[in-house]
Amino acid sequence: MRFSRLIMLSFAAAFAAGGAFATGLGDAENGAKKFRKCASCHAIGEGATNRIGPHLNGVFGRTAGSVPDAAYSKNMIKMGAEGLDWNAETLDAYIENPRALVSKTWMSFRGIKKSQERADILAYLRLFSDDPANFPEAEPTAIGTDHDLDPAILALEGDPEYGEYLGSECMACHQASGASDGIPGINNWPTEDFVVAMHAYKRKLRPHPVMQMMAGRLSDEEIAALAAYFKDLE
Amino acid sequence: MTLNRRIFLGTGVAAATTLAAPTAFAAGHGKPHVVVVGGGAGGATAARYIAKDSKGEVAVTLIEPTRQYYTCFFSNLYLGGFKEMDELGHSYGGLAAGGVNVVHDWATGVDRDAKTVALAGGGSVAYDKLILSPGIDFVDGAVEGWDLSAQNAMPHAYKGGSQTELLKAQLMAMPQGGTFAMVAPPNPYRCPPGPYERVSMVAHFLKANNPMAKIIVADPKPKFSKQGLFQEGWANHYEGMVDWIGDDFGGGNVSVDPNAMTVTIDGEVTKVDVCNVIPAMKAGRIAELAGVTDGNWAPVNAADMSTKADADVYVLGDAAQQGDMPKSGFSANSQAKVCANAVRGALTGSKVFPAKFSNTCWSLIDTNDGVKVGATYEATDEKIAKVDGFISATGETAELRKATYEESEGWYTGITSDMFGA
Repeated sequence: MRFSRLIMLSFAAAFAAGGAFATGLGDAENGAKKFRKCASCHAIGEGATNRIGPHLNGVFGRTAGSVPDAAYSKNMIKMGAEGLDWNAETLDAYIENPRALVSKTWMSFRGIKKSQERADILAYLRLFSDDPANFPEAEPTAIGTDHDLDPAILALEGDPEYGEYLGSECMACHQASGASDGIPGINNWPTEDFVVAMHAYKRKLRPHPVMQMMAGRLSDEEIAALAAYFKDLE
Repeated sequence: MTLNRRIFLGTGVAAATTLAAPTAFAAGHGKPHVVVVGGGAGGATAARYIAKDSKGEVAVTLIEPTRQYYTCFFSNLYLGGFKEMDELGHSYGGLAAGGVNVVHDWATGVDRDAKTVALAGGGSVAYDKLILSPGIDFVDGAVEGWDLSAQNAMPHAYKGGSQTELLKAQLMAMPQGGTFAMVAPPNPYRCPPGPYERVSMVAHFLKANNPMAKIIVADPKPKFSKQGLFQEGWANHYEGMVDWIGDDFGGGNVSVDPNAMTVTIDGEVTKVDVCNVIPAMKAGRIAELAGVTDGNWAPVNAADMSTKADADVYVLGDAAQQGDMPKSGFSANSQAKVCANAVRGALTGSKVFPAKFSNTCWSLIDTNDGVKVGATYEATDEKIAKVDGFISATGETAELRKATYEESEGWYTGITSDMFGA
């Protein structure tokens, strides 16, 4: 079992080097403890199979929604098709707030706010993916430097009247009824999720080319204005 | 019914005084009045947004001859068998319920001094602001041998509705192993990928029903929208069926004979079974009659879509000469919202926000094989200028192409409810 030997070796190397990787990722040992939150749905390690969620062996570098026979939401498969790959940056964004990255994901998990805890879990997950020696420099393990959205951006009060005008552009595709056929409805989107999602498009973390383009030219204030408008739209 | 009385009086007065009464049937006492001509992606959207956002402060009249609007976008999917005609038809009931006074008539002239629009049914309508969104008409003599009297023998099918149905009927009646010809238009024209999506959809139909048939395209352009994507798709799905003759090979040197059903391309005469002639285009005629065109199109100011000729007359969509945006339903819808915001601001003092425009065009190549191209735009002093854009890549996965197609279905529902308020 070459795979499991490799993992054993990496563990040993990691812990021998002081219990944590000297990298941008966190402390894998602590991550192993924190992973218990995830383990009720996700298996990892030798012989891991899909459970409620997909197994997580080899998750780094994997395309979202791509494990055979795993149960995925339609949106997860769509985002994978559109180019969402799991790397340190996208995984970090996902476990911070799953629905902000993938709307209507079936992963009913509220997310982990503490960035150190996320980093520790990622360090643990990383042990079960290929080429541990390569990180953190190259994809898929490259680490984003600005993942955490500035609280000042989240705190911006949007002007709903401006949001209504800007939002008219959204209504060319997103149905006013809030229906989600082909294109997701965006009515009643909680403000923080909306802002985080829009900035994720703007920074090209979320993969959709139309949305990257639309969000790409919105200022922080304009995103706040849109969020203020859509949160109350029935 | 005060509305009926007003219309009745208005019509009577206008007829009796040969349009001398400038306030013929202004729809409200003292309310500013916007008249919109043309109920497509530009006009319907503008009428709906001004009525909705002004909350009754502005009277809006929409003049549109047809009672049922058939979208030109997605009409190729009807040719390919992916849509029924009924699915492309939309009534104006939602706009009427939203406060727009919908008048089914032809606008036959504009008196910009008196600020009135004359109607074919008699009478006229007075405006404070006039929005023209008349779509396209064809340039006379653009394709040698073809004029409007030939449109039954050789349909253009480039305005949604009966022409689309005619082309489909001819396609279905083609003899086995027959030839479908298309004469493609020169730039600029409505829906840049449209002719090539049509080629794809015709090929899709023929592959299933008439697999030995051929498609020839005579094109006056050396290249076309999404060319790499379409040519890849034609090679993958319809190998050997499509012969595209670009300008480099004489595709622009073309004439047709609707009686003999022949197409002559660079001197070579070909007998064809169906011939789809898409001539060079110009702004819908009312723009010319209003005197706001310069050449084939109506030059407009990018900030609010007002014409260069008259600050109280706006032109939206295909008819406008605005700069970098393609002539598309999406563009017209986008321009309409900028225009509606500006017009409402001018009439009621409401806040006017900066112009932002965008466009995305989806095309279907074969079942679940969708592609798209899009861009964002801003207003500069000279024109609507492109900011950023993207296009689907060749060699994309089947999953992504399927997702793109499903997205286009969602867009169709989204934009038509945005236009008609359904």
